[in-house]
Amino acid sequence: MKKGYDVVIIGGGIVGCATAFELAKRGITDVLLIEKGYLTSGATGRCGAGIRQQWGSELNARIALESTQIFEHLEEYTGFSGNCELNQNGYLLVAYTEKEWAQFQENLKVQHRLGIDSYALDLQQAKEIVPYLNTEGMYGATFCQKDGHANPFHCTQAYAEGAQRMGVEIATYTTAIGFTTAGGRITGVKTDKGYVEAKTVINCANVHAPELARMVGEDIPVRSERHQALVTEPVASLLNCMVMSFARSYYVQQVPHGSFVMGIGPHEESSFSFRSTWQFLEQNCAIICEALPALRKLNVIRQWAGQYDLSPDCNPVIDEAAAARGFYSVCGFSGHGFMVSPRIAILVANHLAGQEDTLDIKRFSKKRFETGELLLEPAVV
Amino acid sequence: MENDNKETLICRCEDVTREDILKCIEAGYTTIDEIKRITRAGMGPCQGRTCRLLIAQELSSYYHVPIEEVLMTTFRPPTKAISMGALADAAKEEESK
Repeated sequence: MKKGYDVVIIGGGIVGCATAFELAKRGITDVLLIEKGYLTSGATGRCGAGIRQQWGSELNARIALESTQIFEHLEEYTGFSGNCELNQNGYLLVAYTEKEWAQFQENLKVQHRLGIDSYALDLQQAKEIVPYLNTEGMYGATFCQKDGHANPFHCTQAYAEGAQRMGVEIATYTTAIGFTTAGGRITGVKTDKGYVEAKTVINCANVHAPELARMVGEDIPVRSERHQALVTEPVASLLNCMVMSFARSYYVQQVPHGSFVMGIGPHEESSFSFRSTWQFLEQNCAIICEALPALRKLNVIRQWAGQYDLSPDCNPVIDEAAAARGFYSVCGFSGHGFMVSPRIAILVANHLAGQEDTLDIKRFSKKRFETGELLLEPAVV
Repeated sequence: MENDNKETLICRCEDVTREDILKCIEAGYTTIDEIKRITRAGMGPCQGRTCRLLIAQELSSYYHVPIEEVLMTTFRPPTKAISMGALADAAKEEESK
């Protein structure tokens, strides 16, 4: 670490690493990224890794579409020698109530206006895509072939290595513990490895972003909610696409390696717990086995927990601290940060580099929680 | 770094060789967790019962630290693989109680 940097980014998940990469691409290379563990040790490394464009609000659908277009060539985009394992086998979104089915028709209209290739399926057609699907209780489904998933470890690595090649420094096992300000501006970051001067700080610490922001007097209405997932032993290919329900709150997919990754989304009290529970194991298996009874014989080999950085409208908060100009928080992704990170990083980097963007960064300001101009999203887990 | 035993399988579930592990260590990774996420070592059906200690040994000898100082991965449930059907039935039994 040097004595000071133009920009210090806090958080080595995909949001922090992608932001470092996009800044460097715009010529801002005097950048230090600090991460308290190793890259992807927080939410990125624990996420479901899904990428979908089937959103219900135009803003989310657009960000997801433009992010997917980057995921489609992330290796070339970042100069990565590895494989990000993008798999575009589609998302099948299933509707279990009449109201949900009607909402899906509205969502399709939004998606079609943006050129997203999604369409409605009756139950017979849904079974053609997922032969093992139990369609009992379902009204219909929508499908988008270009939805899918990617490997979050490799995607983060791709951005991190690309950023490093352009001059960004990455310090892992380095924790931010405080900040210095002068005249209402951020001037530096105190870390457990020493002090660094900083003209700009970008707080990408996910669920820990609010506590860091509080150190500069900024209150961000984002809370931490535990979500759990599990993985099974690998088996031959049975399920090509992601199957997901909002009403019953589940998702299940088979990754290229052959194992099934799945989770359910009960809302919990705020916590930073990474502990897994046996209740999750049982409830998850009961819900998933009902939708896909063929999975009953599959063995569960591992379960884990991670956190959603939940904002009041389940959409990101991107804002500059009032009492410490130059201190930006980029958080509140509410469980879909991985899939939107490429486009959000571009938005943040364009703003800091003084370049124009077709998206208005102000829409993500926390002011929306006072003015009521919320980023409402009907298609969120 | 000695060149012998490079083809020895360290993680039998995921087919990860000693050479794969050494490459990660030489690339600067310092913990079993990082190596697990990059190579899948320890993610298979046995959940790293053999390989996590072997990787710890490699880290210990490369970085010259005692093996007990190498950070262990979290031991995640279930202890033994269990079928989704058995778990689903257990949930139903509890509901009917």
